[in-house]
Amino acid sequence: MEGRFVINGIEKVLSFEPDATLLQALRDGGFSEVKRGCDTGECGACAVVLNGDLVTSCKVYAASVVGSEILTAKGLGTVQNPHPIQQAFVDAGAIQCGFCTPGMVMATYALLSKNPDPTDEEIRRALDGNKCRCTGYVKIFDAVRLAAERMRDHG
Amino acid sequence: MDRDFSSVGHDVEKIDGLSLATGTGRYTDDFDAPGTLHVAVLYSPHAHGIIKDIDDSEAWKVPGVVDVMSYKNAYDDMPKVVHTTAGQGFPEPSPYDSWLFDDKVRFAGDRVAAVAAETLDIAREAVSKIKVEYELQKPLFDPERAMDPGVPVVHDRDEYMPIPVPYDPSKNLMAEKIFSIGDVEKGLAEADIVLDQVYHTHYAHHCMMEPHSAFALFDETGRMIVYSSTSVPFHVRRIVAQVLDYPLRKVHVIKPRVGGAYGGKQEAFIEPLAAKFALRTGRPVKAILSREEVFTSSRTRHPMRVHVTAGVMKDGTITALRMDDLMTAGAYGPHGLTVLCNAASKVLPLFNKVENVEFIGRTVYTNQPVGGAYRGYGVTQATFGFMQFIDDLTRRLDVDILEYVKKWHIKEGEGSPVFEAIGEGKAGVPQVITCCKLSECIDRGAEAIGWSDKRGRHISNSPGKVRGVGMAVSMQGSGIPLIDMGSAYMKLNEDGSCNLLMGASDTGTGSDTVMCQIAAEVLDISTDMIVPLSSDTDVTPFDVGAYASSGTYVSGGAVRACAEDFLKNIMKVASVMLEVPVERLDTSGGRIWDSDNPDVSTDFGSLCCFSLYGAGENMQQIQGYGSYTSPVSPPPFIAQFAEVEVDTFTGRVEVLRFVSAVDCGKALNPKMTEGQVEGGVLNGIGYALTEQYLFDDKGRMTNPDFGNYKVFGSLDVPKIETILVDSYEETGPFGAKSVSEVCINGPAPAIANAIYDAVGVRIFDLPLTSEKVLAALKDVDR
Repeated sequence: MEGRFVINGIEKVLSFEPDATLLQALRDGGFSEVKRGCDTGECGACAVVLNGDLVTSCKVYAASVVGSEILTAKGLGTVQNPHPIQQAFVDAGAIQCGFCTPGMVMATYALLSKNPDPTDEEIRRALDGNKCRCTGYVKIFDAVRLAAERMRDHG
Repeated sequence: MDRDFSSVGHDVEKIDGLSLATGTGRYTDDFDAPGTLHVAVLYSPHAHGIIKDIDDSEAWKVPGVVDVMSYKNAYDDMPKVVHTTAGQGFPEPSPYDSWLFDDKVRFAGDRVAAVAAETLDIAREAVSKIKVEYELQKPLFDPERAMDPGVPVVHDRDEYMPIPVPYDPSKNLMAEKIFSIGDVEKGLAEADIVLDQVYHTHYAHHCMMEPHSAFALFDETGRMIVYSSTSVPFHVRRIVAQVLDYPLRKVHVIKPRVGGAYGGKQEAFIEPLAAKFALRTGRPVKAILSREEVFTSSRTRHPMRVHVTAGVMKDGTITALRMDDLMTAGAYGPHGLTVLCNAASKVLPLFNKVENVEFIGRTVYTNQPVGGAYRGYGVTQATFGFMQFIDDLTRRLDVDILEYVKKWHIKEGEGSPVFEAIGEGKAGVPQVITCCKLSECIDRGAEAIGWSDKRGRHISNSPGKVRGVGMAVSMQGSGIPLIDMGSAYMKLNEDGSCNLLMGASDTGTGSDTVMCQIAAEVLDISTDMIVPLSSDTDVTPFDVGAYASSGTYVSGGAVRACAEDFLKNIMKVASVMLEVPVERLDTSGGRIWDSDNPDVSTDFGSLCCFSLYGAGENMQQIQGYGSYTSPVSPPPFIAQFAEVEVDTFTGRVEVLRFVSAVDCGKALNPKMTEGQVEGGVLNGIGYALTEQYLFDDKGRMTNPDFGNYKVFGSLDVPKIETILVDSYEETGPFGAKSVSEVCINGPAPAIANAIYDAVGVRIFDLPLTSEKVLAALKDVDR
């Protein structure tokens, strides 16, 4: 089947099987920044912002969200023009293998969109659905704090 | 150290950082080609059995199925090659005991058949229609009984060991390493007290976020390209060629970004499968494991029984030390010898003043999941026992463990006979420690955790909760001496930038960035003038791969040698261009000048233009090349401290703080080094407390997902602190040793020791679950 979505601000028609997950539909549609880590909603590598909320795209049927607005890491910023969150992850040393990073970045975006000045506890809770095996999370927390600070300072 | 570096030692930004943060960095599954087939695998639900027959006729009938493969047809057009999946030096110190397909299954999760189809869903549906007739055999699940007469034999085909070491599959003996120095019995007889204790470590998984992935296709000339999520691309090329009986020159392995490895991707077991399907179908083929498959069918940390016996005098002198380790290989033996050897060679030398030392090491086959390389590589397992043993010993002697370890640990200028006795499966090489700041690590770590205020105080801030602190020290190596080798190649471009082509594999550690820093340091230019390309078997020179903590030390040594050769060649051409003798030339910041007359100068870019376009008969590509292998493996040292709170009502252990003070030589990129330590520490804490494989009585893993395996998340993270103790290893590139593995060894014993400090119970087997702690507390109450 086919469905129309607004992905990273651009209308896009995706083809997918009726029982396909949003993750599958996005990856088949060329959005390879959405990573597949577990297929059980536990690792968060596939996290995207769907109509303003963070979701693990492996736990959402594509057919159930046709017409939605989806934001992925590529929609947030580019290498030439990164989003402050993406730059903060680099600057804080929060990226090692990077496989979890697009999902982590989206979780951070979802958090900071609603709460520009989160406490450490709120940061931990917001990232609870995103697993990272490389960093021990220490520098990821630093990155979120740094991003929050920069986004507050520069609007 | 008063060395002034401009590139190394600084927090240079990770070179691929922004591409990973913005999602443009590509991993194996992100590559695609029209007409790609997808692979699904049928795994054995039984731990041990002979396949009497496979009926795949219904699978072939599923629309979209292109190929179905099993032992029945895989060898129609090639020999059945027995090999090892371990990506190690050649010949590998691992048994040749694996086949692409076999008609015997040896663990629940063993590969039985596979389907290549137009979509993964179709392939999975077809797999479900394959009927297999098994003749079940009694499984072997108890490593302690593996060598008893009459027990099931896991391997009985044409398996063999490619190097001359003990190997007897008829007795399930996968590896054996025994050595003794002095006379342990005599030493034990002379001792005031003899301590004897057995510890057990458990199955654990790497849990890299990116599953094992391979994508095989043909280029326009008909050569096979294999994209692989691997830490050992050159070994993958060799193994693919070997297993498929296919010319190595026709295989081109590319390692794109890799989503974590920690040793788990030092194996080639899905690449030959994808490549074989590509050969049979002529189509691009993708084989990506699901998370469940990663847990059940890839590689694990080897479980180990660690039995330590020591004779000790009242003054603390250890008169004899015996370590008797029994390691579980599982159904196949990749790394089964070398992990065992590391449990001795990187643990026993820590206490190098013991005159009588004995190591009895055996690895046995069982019908369980397959062990492999995993960060820490045997040292983690043995350190769990050994450092609890030392904690226990010092408590019995009523001496401070910090002072005890500081007195007896190996020091600069000292060696250990163990270094010579044991290497990677065979004899080792003599080694004198040239850099060891372990005592300083102990002091600084103790101060940071507040040791003197907390040790033995049983502090309680709420009812039923008691705090304690514990510590552990450990060491690792930096590459495998005279076995590991890396190489690199550089060339100069018109803008003064330099391509750095290297075999080193960045699996997420930041090695590409550190290699650029090393090259930039030699050339005295900024890091962003170095353009790295790593691990493409067609393009880059050889490297054994990212393992054995070899990246910065061995591959970095190659990059330094390469950059030095490159700089020499730059100066030669500059001498021609400037008409100044080489010995009068100076360089800095990409400029070269006559030291006698600084007005006579050029820069790297102009020099390159001269050499490429204007040097007449001297026109050439300015380039450089270097290889490096080390005769020694300088160990990094670490002192790690845990502060825990034990809930005496529930047995729950919470780590409040974890401090690591590490001597890794000069940290070439301090922020990345800290990141490595923090990741290893949290992995080690998870291993210590919650992560475990649960099995049913048929030997099947019952919790193959992150939640039930209990991987740590952001809410579980304690306060983790890392102290980089300043040191300098003369043999390493700009003073560097390694850091990647050593940081995972201490959490389990430090936490176990902290639990004892808090509530006086000692847990001898991992993981340190609430159930075990509670049971132990109840035993004490009785």
